[in-house]
Amino acid sequence: MKLTAKILSKLADNVSTDDMSSAKYVISTAPEELAKICMRDLDPTFPDKMAQGGFLVAGKNFGCGSSREWGPIGVKAAGTRCVFAEEFARIFYRNALNIGLPVIECKGIHETLDIGDEVEADLSTGVIVNKTRGTTMQGIPIPDFLLEQVEKGGLLEILKERRNDCP
Amino acid sequence: MGMTITEKILAAAAGKPAVQAGDIVQANIDVAMAHDGLGPIVFKAMRELGADVWDRDKIVVVIDHSAPPSALLHAELVQDTVAFVEDYNIKHFYNMTGVAHQLLPENGFVTPGRVLVGTDSHTCTYGGLGAFSTGIGSTEMASVFTNGRLWFRVPETIQVHVSGTLRPHVMPKDVILKMLQILGVAGATYKALEFTGECIENMSVDGRLTLCNMAVEAGAKNGIVAPDEKTRAYLKDRVTKPYTEYFSDADAHYTQIVEIDTSALEPQVACPHSPANVVNVGEAAGKRLDQVLIGTCTDGRMEDFYAAAHFIRGKQIPRHLRCLILPASNEIYRRLMREGLIDLFLDAGCIVLNANCGPCGGMHEGLIAKGEACLGTHNRNFKGRMGNPEGEIYLSSPATAAASAVAGCITDPRAKEDRQ
Repeated sequence: MKLTAKILSKLADNVSTDDMSSAKYVISTAPEELAKICMRDLDPTFPDKMAQGGFLVAGKNFGCGSSREWGPIGVKAAGTRCVFAEEFARIFYRNALNIGLPVIECKGIHETLDIGDEVEADLSTGVIVNKTRGTTMQGIPIPDFLLEQVEKGGLLEILKERRNDCP
Repeated sequence: MGMTITEKILAAAAGKPAVQAGDIVQANIDVAMAHDGLGPIVFKAMRELGADVWDRDKIVVVIDHSAPPSALLHAELVQDTVAFVEDYNIKHFYNMTGVAHQLLPENGFVTPGRVLVGTDSHTCTYGGLGAFSTGIGSTEMASVFTNGRLWFRVPETIQVHVSGTLRPHVMPKDVILKMLQILGVAGATYKALEFTGECIENMSVDGRLTLCNMAVEAGAKNGIVAPDEKTRAYLKDRVTKPYTEYFSDADAHYTQIVEIDTSALEPQVACPHSPANVVNVGEAAGKRLDQVLIGTCTDGRMEDFYAAAHFIRGKQIPRHLRCLILPASNEIYRRLMREGLIDLFLDAGCIVLNANCGPCGGMHEGLIAKGEACLGTHNRNFKGRMGNPEGEIYLSSPATAAASAVAGCITDPRAKEDRQ
Protein backbone atom coordinates (compact mmCIF):
# COMPACT_ATOMS: atom_id res chain seq x y z
CA MET A 1 0.00 0.00 0.00
CA LYS A 2 1.56 3.28 -1.16
CA LEU A 3 0.55 6.75 -0.05
CA THR A 4 1.65 10.03 -1.61
CA ALA A 5 1.18 13.44 -0.01
CA LYS A 6 2.93 16.52 1.28
CA ILE A 7 4.46 17.01 4.72
CA LEU A 8 2.11 19.50 6.37
CA SER A 9 3.43 19.57 9.93
CA LYS A 10 6.77 18.89 11.60
CA LEU A 11 6.90 18.32 15.36
CA ALA A 12 9.76 17.75 17.81
CA ASP A 13 10.52 14.94 20.31
CA ASN A 14 8.22 13.70 23.09
CA VAL A 15 4.87 14.86 21.72
CA SER A 16 2.45 13.31 24.22
CA THR A 17 -1.16 12.19 24.00
CA ASP A 18 -1.82 15.09 26.41
CA ASP A 19 -0.55 17.40 23.65
CA MET A 20 -2.83 15.69 21.15
CA SER A 21 -5.91 15.65 23.35
CA SER A 22 -5.53 17.65 26.53
CA ALA A 23 -8.25 16.60 29.00
CA LYS A 24 -9.08 20.24 29.69
CA TYR A 25 -10.06 20.85 26.05
CA VAL A 26 -11.92 17.59 25.36
CA ILE A 27 -15.60 18.50 25.40
CA SER A 28 -16.70 15.85 22.92
CA THR A 29 -15.22 12.56 21.80
CA ALA A 30 -16.51 12.90 18.23
CA PRO A 31 -13.50 12.60 15.87
CA GLU A 32 -14.13 16.00 14.24
CA GLU A 33 -14.21 17.66 17.67
CA LEU A 34 -11.00 15.84 18.76
CA ALA A 35 -9.40 17.13 15.53
CA LYS A 36 -10.21 20.74 16.47
CA ILE A 37 -8.33 20.55 19.78
CA CYS A 38 -5.47 18.40 18.50
CA MET A 39 -2.04 19.81 19.58
CA ARG A 40 -3.71 23.00 20.84
CA ASP A 41 -1.07 23.89 23.47
CA LEU A 42 1.76 22.84 21.17
CA ASP A 43 0.65 24.35 17.86
CA PRO A 44 -2.83 25.89 17.72
CA THR A 45 -2.64 26.01 13.91
CA PHE A 46 -2.19 22.21 13.61
CA PRO A 47 -5.78 21.43 12.54
CA ASP A 48 -5.63 24.16 9.85
CA LYS A 49 -2.28 22.91 8.58
CA MET A 50 -3.50 19.33 8.26
CA ALA A 51 -6.97 20.14 6.90
CA GLN A 52 -6.08 19.55 3.22
CA GLY A 53 -4.86 16.03 4.09
CA GLY A 54 -1.19 15.05 4.26
CA PHE A 55 1.69 13.73 6.29
CA LEU A 56 3.09 14.55 9.72
CA VAL A 57 6.73 14.08 10.68
CA ALA A 58 7.83 13.94 14.32
CA GLY A 59 10.85 13.16 16.45
CA LYS A 60 11.45 10.59 19.17
CA ASN A 61 8.89 9.11 21.57
CA PHE A 62 5.88 10.35 19.59
CA GLY A 63 2.64 9.67 21.45
CA CYS A 64 4.11 9.16 24.91
CA GLY A 65 1.96 9.22 28.02
CA SER A 66 -1.66 8.25 28.39
CA SER A 67 -3.26 5.33 26.54
CA ARG A 68 -6.12 7.60 25.43
CA GLU A 69 -7.21 6.80 21.90
CA TRP A 70 -8.52 10.35 21.60
CA GLY A 71 -4.93 11.28 20.65
CA PRO A 72 -4.54 9.26 17.43
CA ILE A 73 -8.26 9.71 16.62
CA GLY A 74 -7.74 13.49 16.66
CA VAL A 75 -4.53 13.29 14.63
CA LYS A 76 -6.26 11.15 11.99
CA ALA A 77 -9.47 13.19 11.89
CA ALA A 78 -7.43 16.40 11.46
CA GLY A 79 -6.33 15.07 8.07
CA THR A 80 -3.16 13.11 8.84
CA ARG A 81 -2.73 10.28 6.34
CA CYS A 82 0.47 8.89 7.83
CA VAL A 83 2.84 9.78 10.68
CA PHE A 84 6.61 9.35 10.27
CA ALA A 85 8.63 9.48 13.49
CA GLU A 86 12.07 8.62 14.81
CA GLU A 87 10.35 6.40 17.39
CA PHE A 88 6.81 5.91 18.68
CA ALA A 89 5.67 5.30 22.25
CA ARG A 90 4.33 1.76 22.31
CA ILE A 91 0.67 2.31 23.23
CA PHE A 92 0.35 5.06 20.61
CA TYR A 93 1.89 2.81 17.95
CA ARG A 94 -0.69 0.09 18.60
CA ASN A 95 -3.57 2.55 18.99
CA ALA A 96 -2.77 4.29 15.70
CA LEU A 97 -2.75 1.03 13.73
CA ASN A 98 -5.86 -0.13 15.58
CA ILE A 99 -7.85 2.92 14.49
CA GLY A 100 -6.49 2.80 10.94
CA LEU A 101 -3.90 5.58 11.10
CA PRO A 102 -0.71 4.43 9.31
CA VAL A 103 2.56 5.12 11.14
CA ILE A 104 6.15 4.39 10.07
CA GLU A 105 9.05 4.40 12.48
CA CYS A 106 12.30 5.46 10.80
CA LYS A 107 15.57 6.53 12.41
CA GLY A 108 16.91 9.74 10.87
CA ILE A 109 13.60 10.69 9.23
CA HIS A 110 13.16 13.97 11.14
CA GLU A 111 16.06 15.72 9.45
CA THR A 112 15.33 14.41 5.97
CA LEU A 113 11.72 15.61 5.69
CA ASP A 114 10.53 19.20 5.76
CA ILE A 115 7.22 20.96 5.51
CA GLY A 116 6.10 21.11 1.87
CA ASP A 117 8.13 18.08 0.73
CA GLU A 118 6.28 15.67 -1.53
CA VAL A 119 6.66 12.19 -0.08
CA GLU A 120 5.75 8.67 -1.14
CA ALA A 121 5.47 6.07 1.62
CA ASP A 122 5.21 2.32 1.05
CA LEU A 123 3.57 0.94 4.18
CA SER A 124 4.41 -2.69 3.46
CA THR A 125 8.13 -2.16 2.79
CA GLY A 126 8.66 0.87 5.07
CA VAL A 127 10.39 2.78 2.24
CA ILE A 128 9.88 6.54 2.43
CA VAL A 129 10.83 8.50 -0.71
CA ASN A 130 11.22 12.27 -0.53
CA LYS A 131 10.36 13.21 -4.12
CA THR A 132 11.20 16.87 -3.58
CA ARG A 133 14.76 16.17 -2.44
CA GLY A 134 15.34 12.85 -4.14
CA THR A 135 16.21 11.01 -0.93
CA THR A 136 15.07 7.56 0.18
CA MET A 137 14.87 6.27 3.75
CA GLN A 138 14.21 2.75 5.00
CA GLY A 139 11.72 2.69 7.88
CA ILE A 140 10.32 -0.25 9.82
CA PRO A 141 7.58 -1.86 7.72
CA ILE A 142 4.18 -2.38 9.30
CA PRO A 143 3.76 -6.14 9.98
CA ASP A 144 1.32 -7.79 7.56
CA PHE A 145 -1.41 -8.56 10.08
CA LEU A 146 -1.45 -4.91 11.19
CA LEU A 147 -1.26 -3.60 7.64
CA GLU A 148 -4.40 -5.55 6.83
CA GLN A 149 -6.04 -3.77 9.74
CA VAL A 150 -4.98 -0.34 8.47
CA GLU A 151 -6.15 -1.10 4.93
CA LYS A 152 -9.57 -2.11 6.20
CA GLY A 153 -9.94 0.99 8.36
CA GLY A 154 -9.00 -0.41 11.75
CA LEU A 155 -9.27 -3.33 14.13
CA LEU A 156 -12.98 -2.80 14.69
CA GLU A 157 -13.68 -3.50 11.00
CA ILE A 158 -11.68 -6.74 11.24
CA LEU A 159 -13.61 -7.80 14.33
CA LYS A 160 -16.89 -7.10 12.53
CA GLU A 161 -15.75 -9.21 9.56
CA ARG A 162 -14.77 -12.11 11.79
CA ARG A 163 -18.13 -12.03 13.51
CA ASN A 164 -19.82 -12.23 10.13
CA ASP A 165 -17.61 -15.17 9.19
CA CYS A 166 -18.84 -17.33 12.04
CA PRO A 167 -22.43 -16.60 12.94
CA MET B 1 19.20 -19.83 27.47
CA GLY B 2 17.30 -18.83 30.58
CA MET B 3 14.25 -16.59 30.64
CA THR B 4 13.23 -13.47 32.56
CA ILE B 5 10.04 -13.33 34.64
CA THR B 6 8.33 -11.38 31.88
CA GLU B 7 9.31 -13.96 29.24
CA LYS B 8 8.11 -16.82 31.45
CA ILE B 9 4.72 -15.23 32.13
CA LEU B 10 4.15 -14.47 28.43
CA ALA B 11 5.27 -17.98 27.44
CA ALA B 12 2.79 -19.54 29.87
CA ALA B 13 0.02 -17.20 28.72
CA ALA B 14 0.71 -18.16 25.11
CA GLY B 15 0.86 -21.88 25.91
CA LYS B 16 4.49 -22.17 24.83
CA PRO B 17 7.38 -23.84 26.65
CA ALA B 18 9.67 -20.90 25.91
CA VAL B 19 9.71 -17.52 24.20
CA GLN B 20 12.40 -14.95 23.64
CA ALA B 21 12.49 -11.20 23.20
CA GLY B 22 11.19 -10.23 19.78
CA ASP B 23 8.74 -13.14 19.42
CA ILE B 24 5.16 -12.16 18.72
CA VAL B 25 2.77 -14.21 20.84
CA GLN B 26 -0.98 -14.46 21.31
CA ALA B 27 -1.46 -14.38 25.07
CA ASN B 28 -4.52 -15.34 27.08
CA ILE B 29 -5.60 -12.45 29.28
CA ASP B 30 -6.35 -13.11 32.96
CA VAL B 31 -7.87 -9.73 33.82
CA ALA B 32 -9.03 -6.86 31.58
CA MET B 33 -9.84 -3.48 33.11
CA ALA B 34 -11.65 -0.54 31.52
CA HIS B 35 -12.42 2.78 33.20
CA ASP B 36 -14.86 5.59 32.56
CA GLY B 37 -12.27 7.76 30.82
CA LEU B 38 -11.43 5.42 27.93
CA GLY B 39 -14.00 2.68 28.47
CA PRO B 40 -16.82 4.35 26.52
CA ILE B 41 -14.98 3.75 23.21
CA VAL B 42 -14.74 0.06 24.20
CA PHE B 43 -18.42 -0.05 25.11
CA LYS B 44 -19.48 1.60 21.85
CA ALA B 45 -17.40 -0.90 19.88
CA MET B 46 -18.96 -3.82 21.81
CA ARG B 47 -22.42 -2.55 20.97
CA GLU B 48 -21.49 -2.09 17.29
CA LEU B 49 -20.12 -5.61 17.20
CA GLY B 50 -23.17 -7.00 18.94
CA ALA B 51 -20.72 -9.10 20.92
CA ASP B 52 -20.90 -10.39 24.46
CA VAL B 53 -17.92 -10.38 26.84
CA TRP B 54 -15.72 -13.47 26.79
CA ASP B 55 -15.66 -14.10 30.55
CA ARG B 56 -17.59 -12.17 33.19
CA ASP B 57 -15.13 -13.20 35.90
CA LYS B 58 -12.18 -11.60 34.15
CA ILE B 59 -13.49 -8.13 33.41
CA VAL B 60 -13.29 -5.23 35.83
CA VAL B 61 -14.92 -1.85 35.19
CA VAL B 62 -13.94 1.13 37.33
CA ILE B 63 -15.24 4.68 37.44
CA ASP B 64 -12.27 6.67 38.71
CA HIS B 65 -11.47 9.42 36.19
CA SER B 66 -14.58 11.59 36.43
CA ALA B 67 -15.47 10.60 39.93
CA PRO B 68 -17.76 12.42 40.32
CA PRO B 69 -18.05 14.25 36.98
CA SER B 70 -17.41 17.98 36.79
CA ALA B 71 -18.16 18.60 33.11
CA LEU B 72 -21.00 17.55 30.83
CA LEU B 73 -18.82 15.25 28.71
CA HIS B 74 -17.56 13.55 31.85
CA ALA B 75 -21.12 13.02 33.08
CA GLU B 76 -21.92 11.37 29.75
CA LEU B 77 -18.84 9.11 29.96
CA VAL B 78 -19.92 8.01 33.43
CA GLN B 79 -23.46 7.44 32.14
CA ASP B 80 -22.11 5.28 29.27
CA THR B 81 -20.03 3.27 31.73
CA VAL B 82 -22.90 2.54 34.10
CA ALA B 83 -25.16 1.62 31.16
CA PHE B 84 -22.57 -0.86 29.85
CA VAL B 85 -22.15 -2.45 33.28
CA GLU B 86 -25.91 -2.85 33.61
CA ASP B 87 -26.62 -4.02 30.05
CA TYR B 88 -23.74 -6.51 29.98
CA ASN B 89 -24.24 -7.68 33.53
CA ILE B 90 -20.61 -6.92 34.48
CA LYS B 91 -19.81 -8.60 37.78
CA HIS B 92 -16.83 -6.60 39.02
CA PHE B 93 -17.74 -2.92 39.04
CA TYR B 94 -16.26 -0.19 41.23
CA ASN B 95 -18.20 3.05 41.09
CA MET B 96 -16.02 5.89 42.43
CA THR B 97 -14.48 3.95 45.33
CA GLY B 98 -10.87 4.49 44.33
CA VAL B 99 -8.35 4.42 41.50
CA ALA B 100 -8.24 1.22 39.44
CA HIS B 101 -4.53 0.78 40.06
CA GLN B 102 -5.17 0.51 43.79
CA LEU B 103 -8.53 -1.27 43.62
CA LEU B 104 -7.28 -4.17 41.49
CA PRO B 105 -4.44 -5.15 43.85
CA GLU B 106 -6.60 -4.54 46.95
CA ASN B 107 -9.44 -6.68 45.70
CA GLY B 108 -7.37 -9.67 44.72
CA PHE B 109 -7.39 -9.31 40.93
CA VAL B 110 -3.60 -9.12 40.80
CA THR B 111 -1.45 -12.15 41.57
CA PRO B 112 2.05 -13.17 40.53
CA GLY B 113 2.11 -14.75 37.08
CA ARG B 114 -1.09 -13.21 35.77
CA VAL B 115 -1.42 -11.21 32.54
CA LEU B 116 -3.47 -8.04 33.05
CA VAL B 117 -4.35 -5.30 30.59
CA GLY B 118 -6.17 -2.01 31.18
CA THR B 119 -7.25 1.02 29.18
CA ASP B 120 -4.79 3.15 31.09
CA SER B 121 -1.06 3.62 30.64
CA HIS B 122 -0.41 3.17 34.36
CA THR B 123 -1.79 -0.38 34.29
CA CYS B 124 1.89 -1.34 34.56
CA THR B 125 1.51 -0.72 38.34
CA TYR B 126 0.51 -4.36 39.00
CA GLY B 127 4.00 -5.63 38.20
CA GLY B 128 4.77 -4.68 41.80
CA LEU B 129 3.11 -7.98 42.72
CA GLY B 130 4.97 -10.10 40.15
CA ALA B 131 2.32 -9.92 37.40
CA PHE B 132 2.73 -8.91 33.75
CA SER B 133 0.51 -5.88 33.21
CA THR B 134 0.37 -3.17 30.61
CA GLY B 135 -1.79 -0.39 29.22
CA ILE B 136 -3.61 -0.77 25.92
CA GLY B 137 -6.02 1.32 23.85
CA SER B 138 -9.78 1.15 23.76
CA THR B 139 -10.29 -0.50 20.38
CA GLU B 140 -7.84 -3.21 21.34
CA MET B 141 -9.71 -3.64 24.62
CA ALA B 142 -12.92 -4.25 22.66
CA SER B 143 -11.08 -7.12 21.00
CA VAL B 144 -9.90 -8.47 24.38
CA PHE B 145 -13.41 -8.15 25.81
CA THR B 146 -14.77 -10.29 22.97
CA ASN B 147 -12.10 -13.01 22.74
CA GLY B 148 -9.84 -12.82 25.82
CA ARG B 149 -6.60 -12.74 23.84
CA LEU B 150 -4.08 -10.15 22.73
CA TRP B 151 -0.86 -10.17 20.72
CA PHE B 152 2.35 -9.01 22.34
CA ARG B 153 5.86 -8.65 21.07
CA VAL B 154 7.88 -10.24 23.89
CA PRO B 155 9.92 -7.31 25.25
CA GLU B 156 13.62 -7.19 25.92
CA THR B 157 14.21 -6.69 29.64
CA ILE B 158 16.26 -3.99 31.31
CA GLN B 159 17.37 -4.98 34.79
CA VAL B 160 17.26 -2.10 37.27
CA HIS B 161 19.49 -3.26 40.09
CA VAL B 162 18.92 -1.19 43.22
CA SER B 163 21.47 -1.79 45.95
CA GLY B 164 21.87 -0.33 49.44
CA THR B 165 19.38 0.96 51.98
CA LEU B 166 17.25 4.08 51.62
CA ARG B 167 18.36 6.87 53.92
CA PRO B 168 15.84 8.67 56.19
CA HIS B 169 13.11 10.51 54.24
CA VAL B 170 14.30 9.02 50.95
CA MET B 171 11.49 6.95 49.42
CA PRO B 172 10.78 4.50 46.57
CA LYS B 173 9.60 7.48 44.50
CA ASP B 174 13.12 8.89 44.70
CA VAL B 175 14.44 5.58 43.32
CA ILE B 176 12.14 5.65 40.31
CA LEU B 177 12.80 9.35 39.63
CA LYS B 178 16.53 8.58 39.73
CA MET B 179 16.00 5.75 37.26
CA LEU B 180 14.08 8.10 34.96
CA GLN B 181 16.94 10.59 35.11
CA ILE B 182 19.32 7.80 34.02
CA LEU B 183 17.15 6.20 31.32
CA GLY B 184 15.16 9.19 30.06
CA VAL B 185 11.53 9.22 28.94
CA ALA B 186 12.14 6.81 26.06
CA GLY B 187 14.99 4.80 27.56
CA ALA B 188 12.86 1.69 27.97
CA THR B 189 10.47 2.06 25.03
CA TYR B 190 8.91 -1.33 24.09
CA LYS B 191 10.94 -2.99 26.89
CA ALA B 192 10.34 -4.52 30.33
CA LEU B 193 11.88 -3.06 33.48
CA GLU B 194 12.74 -5.66 36.12
CA PHE B 195 13.61 -4.24 39.53
CA THR B 196 16.06 -6.31 41.59
CA GLY B 197 18.51 -5.90 44.45
CA GLU B 198 18.69 -5.51 48.20
CA CYS B 199 16.71 -2.26 48.27
CA ILE B 200 13.81 -3.85 46.35
CA GLU B 201 13.88 -6.96 48.57
CA ASN B 202 13.51 -4.71 51.62
CA MET B 203 10.87 -2.53 49.98
CA SER B 204 7.19 -2.84 50.94
CA VAL B 205 4.53 -3.76 48.39
CA ASP B 206 3.38 -0.11 48.55
CA GLY B 207 6.82 0.99 47.36
CA ARG B 208 7.03 -1.66 44.65
CA LEU B 209 3.69 -0.51 43.25
CA THR B 210 5.09 3.05 43.15
CA LEU B 211 8.12 1.89 41.14
CA CYS B 212 6.12 -0.13 38.63
CA ASN B 213 3.49 2.62 38.31
CA MET B 214 6.09 4.85 36.68
CA ALA B 215 7.66 2.23 34.38
CA VAL B 216 5.66 3.70 31.49
CA GLU B 217 7.27 7.10 32.08
CA ALA B 218 10.45 5.55 30.65
CA GLY B 219 8.38 4.18 27.78
CA ALA B 220 8.38 0.63 29.19
CA LYS B 221 5.77 -1.98 28.34
CA ASN B 222 5.79 -3.25 31.92
CA GLY B 223 7.63 -3.02 35.22
CA ILE B 224 8.04 -6.10 37.39
CA VAL B 225 9.34 -7.23 40.78
CA ALA B 226 9.86 -10.91 41.65
CA PRO B 227 7.33 -12.16 44.22
CA ASP B 228 8.52 -12.97 47.75
CA GLU B 229 7.29 -13.22 51.34
CA LYS B 230 6.11 -9.59 51.28
CA THR B 231 4.05 -10.28 48.15
CA ARG B 232 2.53 -13.41 49.72
CA ALA B 233 1.70 -11.56 52.95
CA TYR B 234 -0.04 -8.79 50.96
CA LEU B 235 -2.09 -11.34 49.00
CA LYS B 236 -2.90 -13.63 51.93
CA ASP B 237 -6.32 -12.22 52.76
CA ARG B 238 -7.06 -10.90 49.30
CA VAL B 239 -6.60 -13.89 46.99
CA THR B 240 -8.16 -17.31 47.44
CA LYS B 241 -7.26 -19.02 44.14
CA PRO B 242 -3.81 -20.58 43.73
CA TYR B 243 -1.31 -18.76 41.56
CA THR B 244 2.05 -19.45 39.96
CA GLU B 245 5.14 -17.50 40.88
CA TYR B 246 7.77 -16.92 38.22
CA PHE B 247 11.39 -15.93 38.77
CA SER B 248 14.09 -14.93 36.32
CA ASP B 249 16.68 -17.61 35.60
CA ALA B 250 20.28 -16.95 36.62
CA ASP B 251 21.26 -17.01 32.94
CA ALA B 252 18.32 -14.87 31.72
CA HIS B 253 19.30 -12.28 29.12
CA TYR B 254 19.09 -8.59 29.98
CA THR B 255 19.51 -6.06 27.20
CA GLN B 256 20.85 -3.50 29.68
CA ILE B 257 21.60 -3.28 33.40
CA VAL B 258 21.04 -0.03 35.28
CA GLU B 259 22.72 0.20 38.69
CA ILE B 260 21.35 2.50 41.37
CA ASP B 261 23.10 2.71 44.73
CA THR B 262 20.64 4.09 47.23
CA SER B 263 23.15 4.56 50.03
CA ALA B 264 24.02 7.92 48.48
CA LEU B 265 20.60 8.69 46.97
CA GLU B 266 19.10 12.06 47.91
CA PRO B 267 15.44 13.10 47.60
CA GLN B 268 14.71 13.74 43.92
CA VAL B 269 12.49 16.25 42.13
CA ALA B 270 11.29 16.03 38.52
CA CYS B 271 11.15 19.57 37.13
CA PRO B 272 8.91 20.88 34.31
CA HIS B 273 8.02 19.51 31.83
CA SER B 274 9.26 15.92 31.93
CA PRO B 275 9.33 13.12 34.51
CA ALA B 276 12.94 12.51 33.48
CA ASN B 277 14.03 16.12 34.08
CA VAL B 278 15.19 15.08 37.55
CA VAL B 279 17.50 16.88 40.00
CA ASN B 280 18.53 16.46 43.64
CA VAL B 281 15.99 18.32 45.78
CA GLY B 282 18.59 20.96 46.69
CA GLU B 283 18.70 22.18 43.10
CA ALA B 284 14.95 22.88 43.05
CA ALA B 285 14.69 24.07 46.67
CA GLY B 286 13.08 27.46 47.28
CA LYS B 287 10.67 27.33 44.33
CA ARG B 288 7.41 28.91 45.53
CA LEU B 289 4.40 26.59 45.25
CA ASP B 290 0.70 27.31 44.79
CA GLN B 291 -0.50 23.71 45.03
CA VAL B 292 0.79 20.48 46.54
CA LEU B 293 -0.82 17.15 45.66
CA ILE B 294 -0.12 14.22 48.00
CA GLY B 295 -1.55 10.84 46.99
CA THR B 296 -2.76 9.37 43.62
CA CYS B 297 -2.22 5.85 42.28
CA THR B 298 1.53 6.51 42.34
CA ASP B 299 1.89 7.51 45.97
CA GLY B 300 -1.51 7.34 47.67
CA ARG B 301 -1.03 4.37 50.00
CA MET B 302 -0.54 4.18 53.78
CA GLU B 303 3.23 4.31 53.73
CA ASP B 304 3.01 7.49 51.65
CA PHE B 305 0.60 9.19 54.03
CA TYR B 306 2.63 8.18 57.10
CA ALA B 307 5.61 9.89 55.48
CA ALA B 308 3.54 12.99 54.71
CA ALA B 309 1.96 13.09 58.18
CA HIS B 310 5.41 13.19 59.76
CA PHE B 311 5.94 16.65 58.25
CA ILE B 312 2.39 18.01 58.45
CA ARG B 313 1.54 16.98 62.05
CA GLY B 314 0.95 20.08 64.18
CA LYS B 315 1.89 22.48 61.34
CA GLN B 316 -0.16 24.91 59.26
CA ILE B 317 -0.19 25.03 55.46
CA PRO B 318 0.66 28.61 54.36
CA ARG B 319 -2.49 30.47 53.38
CA HIS B 320 -1.43 31.09 49.75
CA LEU B 321 -1.16 27.36 49.09
CA ARG B 322 -3.67 24.53 48.61
CA CYS B 323 -2.49 21.15 49.82
CA LEU B 324 -4.57 18.31 48.37
CA ILE B 325 -4.69 14.88 50.01
CA LEU B 326 -5.79 12.19 47.55
CA PRO B 327 -6.06 8.62 48.90
CA ALA B 328 -5.84 5.93 46.21
CA SER B 329 -8.90 4.04 47.47
CA ASN B 330 -11.65 4.10 50.07
CA GLU B 331 -9.86 1.31 51.93
CA ILE B 332 -6.98 3.72 52.40
CA TYR B 333 -9.34 6.61 53.12
CA ARG B 334 -10.93 4.60 55.95
CA ARG B 335 -7.56 3.66 57.39
CA LEU B 336 -6.54 7.30 57.33
CA MET B 337 -9.75 8.11 59.24
CA ARG B 338 -9.32 5.32 61.76
CA GLU B 339 -5.72 6.25 62.43
CA GLY B 340 -6.52 9.93 62.90
CA LEU B 341 -4.65 11.10 59.82
CA ILE B 342 -7.66 12.78 58.20
CA ASP B 343 -7.95 14.97 61.29
CA LEU B 344 -4.23 15.61 61.24
CA PHE B 345 -4.38 16.78 57.60
CA LEU B 346 -7.55 18.86 58.12
CA ASP B 347 -6.09 20.47 61.25
CA ALA B 348 -3.17 21.66 59.16
CA GLY B 349 -5.48 23.17 56.55
CA CYS B 350 -5.19 20.45 53.90
CA ILE B 351 -8.05 19.59 51.55
CA VAL B 352 -8.97 15.89 51.64
CA LEU B 353 -10.36 14.69 48.29
CA ASN B 354 -12.38 11.56 47.62
CA ALA B 355 -10.44 8.60 46.29
CA ASN B 356 -10.23 9.05 42.50
CA CYS B 357 -7.85 10.19 39.77
CA GLY B 358 -8.36 13.81 40.81
CA PRO B 359 -6.28 16.53 39.21
CA CYS B 360 -3.49 14.22 38.00
CA GLY B 361 -4.92 13.93 34.50
CA GLY B 362 -6.14 17.51 34.40
CA MET B 363 -9.81 16.58 34.69
CA HIS B 364 -10.85 18.33 37.92
CA GLU B 365 -10.19 19.00 41.63
CA GLY B 366 -7.07 21.11 41.35
CA LEU B 367 -6.11 22.58 38.00
CA ILE B 368 -3.40 25.22 37.95
CA ALA B 369 -3.47 28.71 36.46
CA LYS B 370 -0.93 30.48 34.26
CA GLY B 371 2.21 31.10 36.28
CA GLU B 372 1.24 28.74 39.10
CA ALA B 373 3.44 25.90 40.32
CA CYS B 374 2.29 22.53 41.64
CA LEU B 375 4.42 19.88 43.34
CA GLY B 376 2.72 16.50 43.22
CA THR B 377 3.47 12.91 44.12
CA HIS B 378 1.80 11.71 40.92
CA ASN B 379 3.55 10.36 37.85
CA ARG B 380 3.43 12.81 34.99
CA ASN B 381 4.33 16.49 34.66
CA PHE B 382 3.86 17.10 30.95
CA LYS B 383 3.33 20.71 30.01
CA GLY B 384 -0.30 21.70 30.41
CA ARG B 385 -1.40 18.33 31.82
CA MET B 386 -2.87 19.84 34.99
CA GLY B 387 -4.22 23.06 33.57
CA ASN B 388 -2.63 26.10 31.94
CA PRO B 389 0.40 25.22 29.77
CA GLU B 390 2.22 28.15 31.34
CA GLY B 391 1.85 26.56 34.75
CA GLU B 392 4.62 24.36 36.15
CA ILE B 393 4.37 20.82 37.52
CA TYR B 394 7.05 19.26 39.72
CA LEU B 395 7.08 15.64 40.96
CA SER B 396 8.51 14.25 44.19
CA SER B 397 8.03 11.75 47.00
CA PRO B 398 5.33 12.27 49.65
CA ALA B 399 8.02 13.23 52.19
CA THR B 400 9.39 15.99 49.96
CA ALA B 401 5.88 17.11 48.98
CA ALA B 402 4.72 17.34 52.60
CA ALA B 403 7.82 19.16 53.81
CA SER B 404 7.39 21.54 50.85
CA ALA B 405 3.67 22.08 51.55
CA VAL B 406 4.43 23.18 55.09
CA ALA B 407 7.23 25.49 53.94
CA GLY B 408 5.30 26.88 50.95
CA CYS B 409 8.19 26.17 48.63
CA ILE B 410 10.18 23.13 47.45
CA THR B 411 12.09 21.90 50.49
CA ASP B 412 14.52 19.12 51.36
CA PRO B 413 12.67 16.82 53.77
CA ARG B 414 15.86 15.74 55.52
CA ALA B 415 17.16 17.32 58.69
CA LYS B 416 20.19 19.53 58.09
CA GLU B 417 22.55 17.01 59.73
CA ASP B 418 21.41 14.28 57.32
CA ARG B 419 22.27 16.32 54.24
CA GLN B 420 25.71 15.92 52.78
